[in-house]
This record gives sequence, structure tokens and C-alpha cells, in this order.
Amino acid sequence: MEDNHRKKQQQKGPESGVTRRHFLTGAGIGAAGLVAGAPVATGAAPTESAAIIEVGEMVPLTLRINGHPRLLLVEPRWSLAYVLREKLVMTGTKLGCDRGECGACTVLVDGVPRYSCMTLALEAEETEITTLEGLLEGEDLGDVQQAFKEHDAFQCGYCTPGQVMSVEGLLRSNPDPSLDEIRLGVSGNLCRCGAYPNIFKATRRAAELKRGKGDRS
Amino acid sequence: MDEPKIRDQTAALDPTSGRYVGRPFRRVDGRDKVSGVTRFADDLEFPRMCYLRLVRSKIPHGRISSVDFAPAQKVDGFLGSLVGTEMPETFGILPVSQDEHALGIDRVRFVGDPVAAVAATSEDSAYEAALQVRVEYEPLPTIASIEEALANPEPRIHDYGSEGNIHKRVSMRFGDLQSGFEEADLILEDHFFYEGNTHMALEQHATVAVPEDVDRITVYSSTQTPHYLHRALTRVLGIPAARIRVIACPNGGGFGGKSDPFNHEIVAARMALKLGRPTKITLDREEVFYCHRGRHPVSMKIRTGFSKDGAMTAQHLQTALDGGAYGSYGVASTYYTGALQTVTYPLPRYQFDGVRCFTNKPPCGPKRGHGTPQPRFAFEVHLDKAAEKLGIDPADLRLANLATPGQVTANWLRLGTIGLRRCIEAVIEGSEWRQRRGNLPYGRGLGLACGAYMCGAGLPIYWNHLPQSGVQLKLDRSGGVALFCGETEIGQGSDSVLAALVADVLGVDLQDIRLCVADTDLTPVDLGSYSSRVTLMAGNAALQAATRARNLIAGAVAERLETAPENLVFAERRVFDSAAPEAGLSFEDAVITAEARFGTLSTVGSYIPPRSPGKYRGAGVGPSPTYSYSAAVIEVEVDPSSGIYRPVHVWLAHDIGRAINPTLVLGQIEGSVYMGLGEAMMEEQAFRRLPRHLSDALVHKVPSVLEYKTPTFLDMPEVTSYLIEDPDPEGPFGAKEVGQGPLLPVPPALANAIHDAVGVRIDQVPIQPYMILQALAAGDKGEEARFGPIGFPEVDFGETLIVPTPEEGGDGRAINDPKSQRHSKMRGDTGTMSDRDKALKTKDRALTTK
Repeated sequence: MEDNHRKKQQQKGPESGVTRRHFLTGAGIGAAGLVAGAPVATGAAPTESAAIIEVGEMVPLTLRINGHPRLLLVEPRWSLAYVLREKLVMTGTKLGCDRGECGACTVLVDGVPRYSCMTLALEAEETEITTLEGLLEGEDLGDVQQAFKEHDAFQCGYCTPGQVMSVEGLLRSNPDPSLDEIRLGVSGNLCRCGAYPNIFKATRRAAELKRGKGDRS
Repeated sequence: MDEPKIRDQTAALDPTSGRYVGRPFRRVDGRDKVSGVTRFADDLEFPRMCYLRLVRSKIPHGRISSVDFAPAQKVDGFLGSLVGTEMPETFGILPVSQDEHALGIDRVRFVGDPVAAVAATSEDSAYEAALQVRVEYEPLPTIASIEEALANPEPRIHDYGSEGNIHKRVSMRFGDLQSGFEEADLILEDHFFYEGNTHMALEQHATVAVPEDVDRITVYSSTQTPHYLHRALTRVLGIPAARIRVIACPNGGGFGGKSDPFNHEIVAARMALKLGRPTKITLDREEVFYCHRGRHPVSMKIRTGFSKDGAMTAQHLQTALDGGAYGSYGVASTYYTGALQTVTYPLPRYQFDGVRCFTNKPPCGPKRGHGTPQPRFAFEVHLDKAAEKLGIDPADLRLANLATPGQVTANWLRLGTIGLRRCIEAVIEGSEWRQRRGNLPYGRGLGLACGAYMCGAGLPIYWNHLPQSGVQLKLDRSGGVALFCGETEIGQGSDSVLAALVADVLGVDLQDIRLCVADTDLTPVDLGSYSSRVTLMAGNAALQAATRARNLIAGAVAERLETAPENLVFAERRVFDSAAPEAGLSFEDAVITAEARFGTLSTVGSYIPPRSPGKYRGAGVGPSPTYSYSAAVIEVEVDPSSGIYRPVHVWLAHDIGRAINPTLVLGQIEGSVYMGLGEAMMEEQAFRRLPRHLSDALVHKVPSVLEYKTPTFLDMPEVTSYLIEDPDPEGPFGAKEVGQGPLLPVPPALANAIHDAVGVRIDQVPIQPYMILQALAAGDKGEEARFGPIGFPEVDFGETLIVPTPEEGGDGRAINDPKSQRHSKMRGDTGTMSDRDKALKTKDRALTTK
């Protein structure tokens, strides 16, 4: 990868304007500082002894994705979505905004739905990450995927990976949600095709499948 | 809350001989989409791929004085740059509006207009390099609105168009308007405003351009119109079409927003050629708001004469469109704000005046319903007011104004089948309209509205007489059927529709059909997934190709089974004699028999729409092989103390002709209700002018998914859908469109419901709670309980074309236009009108139109 061979940049960034990427660069420096000292603890402040990491510098990271450990070199500022899509080519996870607004990039972190575009890859160390690809049971669709297919719970399919992961997360914490609980559970995921009614039905169906009720068709 | 109910009408359908058509079946792309296998453009990766980033203007209007790449070149990973002079040729979707440059050459016209481009080895480096490009401008005064454009002819945003900052003027009169108004017992005049809004497809536009061997390039893109993109690339790159291959990836939502050729697509191709490396660009969300091409903001004035029994005697509609900085589809959009008014209800005499202005904002274009939701809103709210004045129930007023199937309207559009009566009856029965409307407690109300939409535009974007869709089938000894078509799957389910049509004709399973779509090297031309055209046009082409394949196979099999071809049945992957079913062949053996008999097997089908009777200038916008109809009733709950309201239930009936796949049809109806409610309740692509000391720029108020409010799961009301089936002879198996039509009645039905709930008229969308409060307050003061525009801009619409109506014995031409003969003599790039008519005459009957 060409990025790996990049020499360290001399400048810290552009003089003009604060962009999200540069904000993340700063945040990444903070988080990366921890790597040198202690294991990454989400949200902790940098310690005094933290090493300064230059823009473009890589740090080692192990992510457990769909049950498999993946050893990577990452820039501390990289989001989990970026690492999944661009470095691991797991393109089942989609980006619709890259700033925590649409939900297309939702994955499970320790079983809880998270926007992977708003999660630094470093934050996800020592967690169990589940992506859309991880719901497949061998060659068979997972329960939620099967229910989405049966109920036509998508049109263009772009928000679908995020919707499926939100429903998966919802059902793991609440195996038999009411309609209101479903609405709330997936309200962080936008669907511009307006497939909402079928997503409700698919969620109900997925709950049934997970409880072992009903044959797949 | 109860689970949303979708009434299943599918049991009532006429059974067809096949396994799929008319029955709910699973989409062919379902498994791929739920398992993440579908490859959208941004999911593609190629060896040595580099990343492109456009440098966009930060000022709304100005001359470019200099572009300096020196600081950008120092960024690690920088590979190359481009400026506008390297691509001097203009482009644009309409032949009359070739007003865009891939990158600005001397001017920028809105905040977000691309000026330069950089490529780098990583996306981060490309962003970084783009930030470092220094562009100097000489600012020019800005035009923010229709009113400002009309009042300030200088500086001109473009040096073409009607005059000053008026892009297009249209004025045409069909019939003796004056006597129509004289006959009327009631004349009503209203003003309306419909705010602009944007598609906001969840997939951000993405393109990957891949240089192939010498002088060839492949462009993968999220586009609804690969054929038009192919033409634009050919024009700007100056490379023959045969060396450019465009592949439209499945679109992560389109809604019209990916139907123009875009700067980033052309620049990616140019950069890939320049660097000799695959080049990818994915727009960020803010850029998608700048690309726009969405709903035009439209001011409207509508004046209609009614007789006592509710029949309309004449209508005069005036519209003014805020077009933004470029032409896009705008000339067509302008005509569309008037063309379809006569299709829903007959208007014996009709005048339409329209004007589109250039402003320094992102260009507007086609969004679901292209140009018609705005006048639809005006017309349907206007009818609600008329019903009140005439003392007629709003549903009865509409039932008193139904058109006749096959009728030619005052503006020379030929109608097909009309299911509007059954649509209205279905929604008023479902909502218990007769019992409940007017009898609900204060704060709750019911509103009704209707609409009609085209099933494919009758004419292509550029003038030609060629087929508008083509399908090729390739069959071989494997027993599989490969289907090639230029259409693009944008989520609407077009792949599934085509596969089902072919599967039913050949008696095979969906799994036996292999689809190859939207690839300009491999697939026959289809104009694209816009104007609700794919099911009807590509569907008819697919039927023709499949029937030809079936005839070939039947000929060979009949010889072998020693029977007549017409005795053969194609079903359950077998071909057999209906008199002796057990003696037949498997489909695979049948194809082998035919391949042995005739050689390699391939058939084609194509579709040309019927000729429209209108001959006047502007008659090209509005014709369609047939039209779909919809009716909606919305129940709303309004809190009069805060103005906050909530749609509780939507009943929507749609005249689908015949549902090829009822599940997909219901999905399109629900999606249209969702998108229509978004436009009616909250969505606005609105701008503000920064204070002069901060550059005077016109900036987008909310270029983010969070701030550009759209309905979420929590806002979605219960939807009850009705499929009204009355097969139309123009459609494949009788099918009409459903992608756009059901959106049209939603915004006006909501406004009418709010009136029924609390007695106020909100004559503009989106309807915000403060508008309801202000209207209530005005009512309390004894003023008109209304919120909305009070006037219409002063516009000179130019000379009015006078076109006598069919009823007046006209011939479809204007009587005062020396140029009205022009079209019949006009030659296209390829083909002439007589070639086209000969082609139509020689087509096999089952598959074509008159």
C-alpha cells in the first residue's frame, strides 16, 4: 500500500479552516498517544508520557472482526468505517454521509449498534466487531438478512446493511420488540426509498426466525 | 400503535399463464443486497487506483482570475491536476442547454461550482491537496431569487437564454380562454409557492474511470442515464463513442438526482487518461447538496372557471421557476409545470405561461415527478377551495371532472386508460370519507387530492427517431437465458420486472435469467431510468425479444415433436404439446434443438412510443404512451396551540394498469408517500445570503443529512395502498408506471387535511407549524385564515402561441408560429421521421404500439 511508504509529512495540516478530517486528525493524535502507554480505553485522556505521533504515522492495531483477529497498521485518525471499507475491502458496510447522520455504516461493537464512521478504529480494539458479512451463516443468510429478503425491506439497498445491523442489535437486546420499540430501535437509520413499512415487517419476521419459529422461504 | 396495514389486493388479480407476472415474487437482487454483495460505484477498487477531488468555488458568482497548484503539488501523494481549459467543450443534458464546463473556464456561478481538480494516491491526500489549491476570483453581483433575476438583467449569469437572467419563457393558449371564463359561474384565483428540495439519495455520487488498453476507457458510475453520460463523455473528451464504455452500477437511490451527466464523471475520465491510472471520486455529502438538480422552487398563479355543477370551463396557470445556475433539464421542467394539468381532469380551454430564471445557486432539475408536483399542489388545493365555494364535496368535484379514455386533451396529449374514478372511490371508502370528513373533532381532518403521471416521456432528450429501449436475449445449450438491456437498476426493481417478463414468456424460472444491464459496450441502448419509462418501454422491448426467442424455439421443437408450433406450451422449464404434455422437452433440450436447427440463438426487441398528435413548439413535453392516475386521502392531527401536526394515516390508490409484481408496486407507493410527506412537511433546499462583509455569498442553509430534515421511522404514518388494475393496451401485459405518480397527490392532500382539521389554508410547502399558527391568528383577527404568497412576480411571458384545440378543429399546430413546421423537417443525428414510421409499420403486432 502506497500510504505505508509515505514519508512523514513535515507540515501539520493546512492553515485554513477546520474540517472534520483535521479535527479527527487531532483526536487521533490523542488516542494514539495512549497506544504507547496503556491499552486503549475509549474516551480516556492522554497521559503526560504519551508519544507524539506525526500525521501519516501508523500504529499497530488488532481488531476482532466477525470472530477473526485482524492485525493492521492504522493511522490513529482513521475511522472504523474507513478501515473496514478501504483497508479490509469489506464493502458491505456503506458510507452515506461520513459524519454520523444517516446510519448506513452501522456495525455492532460488542453487540451494540454503532456508527462506524463515528468510531475510531483504535476505539474498537479489544471489542467484538460484527459487520453485515458476519451475519452470514456459511452460505446461508442470517435471520435478519433472510427476513429483509422475504419482506422486500429495501429498494436500492444502500441503507440496508445499516438497517440490518440495527435490527440485529435491537433483537439481541430485545428479542420480541413492539412496533414502537422497533421504530425507536431503527430511528437512527434513514431510508430514502421509504421502505419503512417493510422494515417493520421484516423486523417482526426476524424476531420469529431467531426464536426458531417458522420455516425460511 | 397498530402495525401498518398494507391491504393485499393481489388475490384479486387476473391470473396470467406465467409464474410471475401479476404475483408477488422476490426481487432478483434481494440476496445480494441483504448480504452486502451488490457493488455500488464507491465499492469498486482497481490496481494503482488514485483518488480525485474537485476544488469547488467558495463564492457564488465571479470571474476566475488565477488557479495556483504550487502548494498542492507539495502534498505527499499528489499525482496531477486539471483545469477547465483542458476540457473546453461544453456539455449539458439538453441539446438546448449545453452550458456547463467540466471545470470552470472563466466563471463560477454558485458556491460549489467546480473550478479545478487534483488527484493523489490516497483520498486523504487528494482532500489535502484540494485544500491547498489557491484560486483567486473577481466577485460579481449575485442573483438570489426569481424576483432578483427578473429585476436584474445584468450581470447575466449566462449569455444565452430568453434575455437577461431569464433562461426560458413559455406561453401557449389552447382554445378560447376568454369565453371559457365568461361561461363560468365561479372564477377562482390563487397564489402558491412550492419550495425547492433535493433527492438526498443515500448513496453519494461516485465514479471510477479506468483506462484500458490503448485509447480506451471504462467509466463506472452511479448514474441513472449511462447512455446520456456516454454522449457527454464523447463530446467533452473528444474521443469516439466506441472507445468509451460506460457502466452504470446499481444506484443507491436516484430519484432523478443522478440523471444529468456530472462534472465529476467527466473530470474522472479525463484525469484517468491523463495519469494512465484508474481514478475514483466519491462526492462527500456536502457536495451532493451542491450537485442537486432537484425540485425547482416555483411560484404559481392559478385562475380557473367553474360551472355550478363543478365542471371546469377554463384555466390559466402561470409559473415562475428558480432554476439555479445552469440549464440542466430546466427547459423541460418549465414545460412540465404546465403540460400535465390537462391530463388529470379535462380542461376544455387552457393557457399556460412559464418562466425559468437563472440564479447563483446549485442547478435545479428533475426530482421524482419532474415539474409536476408543484402545479399539482396548486391545482388540488385550488380545487378544494372551489369545492367549498361551490358547496360540493371535494371528492364529488373531482368525480365530476373525469377525462375520457383515449381522449386528446386541449393541449394535444392522447390519454390512455383512466382508472381515476376507481382510485377516488377506493380511498374515500377506505378512509370513510363520506361519514368522517367534516365530522371529526377540531384538530383532526381529512384531505383528498389526485394526480396523473406519464409512463415514459414520449420523446427522447435529443432529437432522434430511434428506438427508446432495446433488449437482447442470448440463449444457448446451457438452458440459461442472458438478458441484455441498457436500463439501470436504481432500486425501483427494474431488473426484476424485465426478468419476470422474459421468464414468463419462455416458461422458465427467474434463476434461469442472467441479467447484464447498463453497459454501453454490451447492452442495447435504453435511454435510462427516468420519467417512469423502464417498465413500459424496456418491458415492451423485453416482451418482443422473448416472443421472438419463443417463436424460434417453438419452430424447432414443433418439427421434432411433429406438431404445430402454436400447440406448444412453455411452462415449468419445459416445452410441450398441450395435447400430449408428457412427450415434451426440457427447456434446455428445447434450446439445444433450436441451436442445432438455427445456429447461435439471439433475439432482439425494441420499443418506439406512438407518435403524439401535438405539432406545436413545446408539444414534445408531456406526450406519453399512457398515463397513470392516483388518489390519496390523508388524515392529520393538528395541535392548534403549537401548530405541530402529524399525518396519522394515508390511503393511496394507484391506477397501475397491471402490477407486474404487486410487492414492488406497493413499495413504490409507500416510498412515494414517504417522499411526498417529506416535501410537504419539512424538506427545503434553501439558501441564505451572507452579510456583505462576509462575501455576500449565497450559501446552502443546511447541506447535511442531519440538518436537511427528512422523515425518519418515527414520522412514517400508517399507509393503506390500493392497486387499481385495468390493463392498458400500451403497457407490457397492461402495466403502467408507479415510481413517480403516487407522490403527486400527497402534498396537496396534506394541506387540504390541515384545512379540514383547523380551518386554515397553507398555500405553500413545506408546511411549518408557525405557518399554521400565523394563519390561525389571522383568522382570529377576522382576516383570511391563510398563510402563503400574496402575489406573483411581474413577468413578461412574451408572445403567446395560439393553438386551437381538437374540439375547435385544430390540427395540433400553432396558428401564429412560422417555426411550427420545423420539427417535421428536422433531421436527427440518425434516422428520419419516415424511417421511424417504416420501422413502426414492420414491427410485429403483439409487441408494438400503433
